[in-house]
Amino acid sequence: MSDLRELYQDVILEHSKAPRNYRELKTANHKAEGYNPLCGDHFTIYLDLEGDAIRDVTFQGSGCAISKASASMMTQSVKGKSKEEATKLFERFHKLVTGEANGDRDSLGKLDVFAGVSEFPVRVKCATLAWHTLQAALEGKQDPISTE
Amino acid sequence: MTAAANSVPWEFQHPMVGETTFPVEEVRRDFPILHQQVYGHPLVYLDNAATSQKPRAVIDAISHYYERGNANIHRGVHFLSEHATEEHEAARRIVQRFLNAADKREVIFVRSATEGINLVAQTYGRKHVCAGDEVLITAMEHHSNIVPWQMLCEEKDAKLRVIPINDRGELEMDELPKLLNSRTKLLAVTHVSNALGTINPLRKIVEIAHSHGVPVVVDGAQAVPHLKVDVQELDCDFYVFSGHKVYGPTGIGVLYGKRALLEAMPPYQGGGDMIRSVTFEKTLYNDLPYKFEAGTPNIAGAIGLGAAIEYVNHLGIDNIAAHEHDLLIYATESLSAIPDIRIIGTAADKAAVISFIIEGIHPHDIGTILDRSGIAIRTGHHCAQPVMQRFRIPATARASFAMYNTRAEVDALVEGIQKVKEVFA
Repeated sequence: MSDLRELYQDVILEHSKAPRNYRELKTANHKAEGYNPLCGDHFTIYLDLEGDAIRDVTFQGSGCAISKASASMMTQSVKGKSKEEATKLFERFHKLVTGEANGDRDSLGKLDVFAGVSEFPVRVKCATLAWHTLQAALEGKQDPISTE
Repeated sequence: MTAAANSVPWEFQHPMVGETTFPVEEVRRDFPILHQQVYGHPLVYLDNAATSQKPRAVIDAISHYYERGNANIHRGVHFLSEHATEEHEAARRIVQRFLNAADKREVIFVRSATEGINLVAQTYGRKHVCAGDEVLITAMEHHSNIVPWQMLCEEKDAKLRVIPINDRGELEMDELPKLLNSRTKLLAVTHVSNALGTINPLRKIVEIAHSHGVPVVVDGAQAVPHLKVDVQELDCDFYVFSGHKVYGPTGIGVLYGKRALLEAMPPYQGGGDMIRSVTFEKTLYNDLPYKFEAGTPNIAGAIGLGAAIEYVNHLGIDNIAAHEHDLLIYATESLSAIPDIRIIGTAADKAAVISFIIEGIHPHDIGTILDRSGIAIRTGHHCAQPVMQRFRIPATARASFAMYNTRAEVDALVEGIQKVKEVFA
């Protein structure tokens, strides 16, 4: 059970049950859809961008505990950040969940709870789906993005 | 959910009481892969609808072929080639008897059930389906029995129509005659649903379709490992299945087709083996079944499939079906007794497939947690997204059983699900 507890940390379970910023964003000027055809996870990310700054970000959709918690915590951590900062954060988050962080974890703050994902390679896509979708929204891509 | 333990919450068409005398422990000894630990637990393999494990007899047949018998077939004059050709054709006869096809030339080796369906769509379909025509499928099809017809309909400007299913996951048979008309050129239907376990009343479906002059293509991938299939009795026009789901290797499958239909069809792929003579002006195609078998085939695959079918025959498909039905009933009872579980697919006539969801827990998380207890199930949409849409769910967890599964493994699954609920408590 220990690596399962490492994956399903209380913070993650709590976010999956009560996701933050889980709503459509009326003021959104960017939007992107993300889809994991393997397991049917499907999220929409709504983005209110002012220049390069993420003024607000919300999401809606359905997915497993990992993908939902990741989306929820992502919205919290990128709100108020610049495009570039968000992209850099995703890079560090990606390294964390794929087990390539090499001790560089301090800057991730609360997102560090996703470190357990690296022990479950098939779940990396769950943890990064919202982030890939955010990336697409930031770049103004129109087509739904897919993990496959 | 208030279903009491030890009672199935709906009525099965073939209820059965008590454990069967199926020699499951002996059978398990024949499957080397089953005897291993996964994350410190004995492997409980319940993903048989995705692929089945292989008995020693199949593994040996394939290695023996490569160690002692490998050669190309149908062309060599030497000893090995002659022998390999014999083995390959012997496998065809085994398949013929297994399906009770009238003629061995009606058995075409393909890569998979998927390729079999594509072959029919691209040859029979392209020849007979024209603009404004209709192809009929059902709401419970696997993507492999949807997309090839969609592609055909798009190309031909034809219409794809769908027989609906009810809340139990059974075909709405009353709708069938209403959906058949003079424009209907083909009906494609699964024998057993991979996502719901439903066994369709195929004989009746074929009868109704034929009364409208419509030929029937059957996806038998989920049926052949679990129940007796007699293509003459069913009177279906085409029947496809995959080797790997019936204890054979991957990369080999079968298309059965009525001889007259196959004879009249244009070839699928061009190449060696499918020709009688080639000049730059004209090519004469080979006879059945070789007309549809271009290129060097999967010889080892066919031999492995033959060995798999002989293994099934030796145990008796009816005995296997009875054992699996016992597991289905036991598992249905056990799972129904767990609070918050909902079984998706509650047809009266069902194969041993149980799709389920747990309130508040995503199937993907169920799958990960069970995996750490050594229990392999499938989670997701099972390549049947329209089925998920029908039940308004994104995905299910699916436990699917085979001849080597036991009641003890059902107990392990139930225990695993308790663990899932603990993690999410």
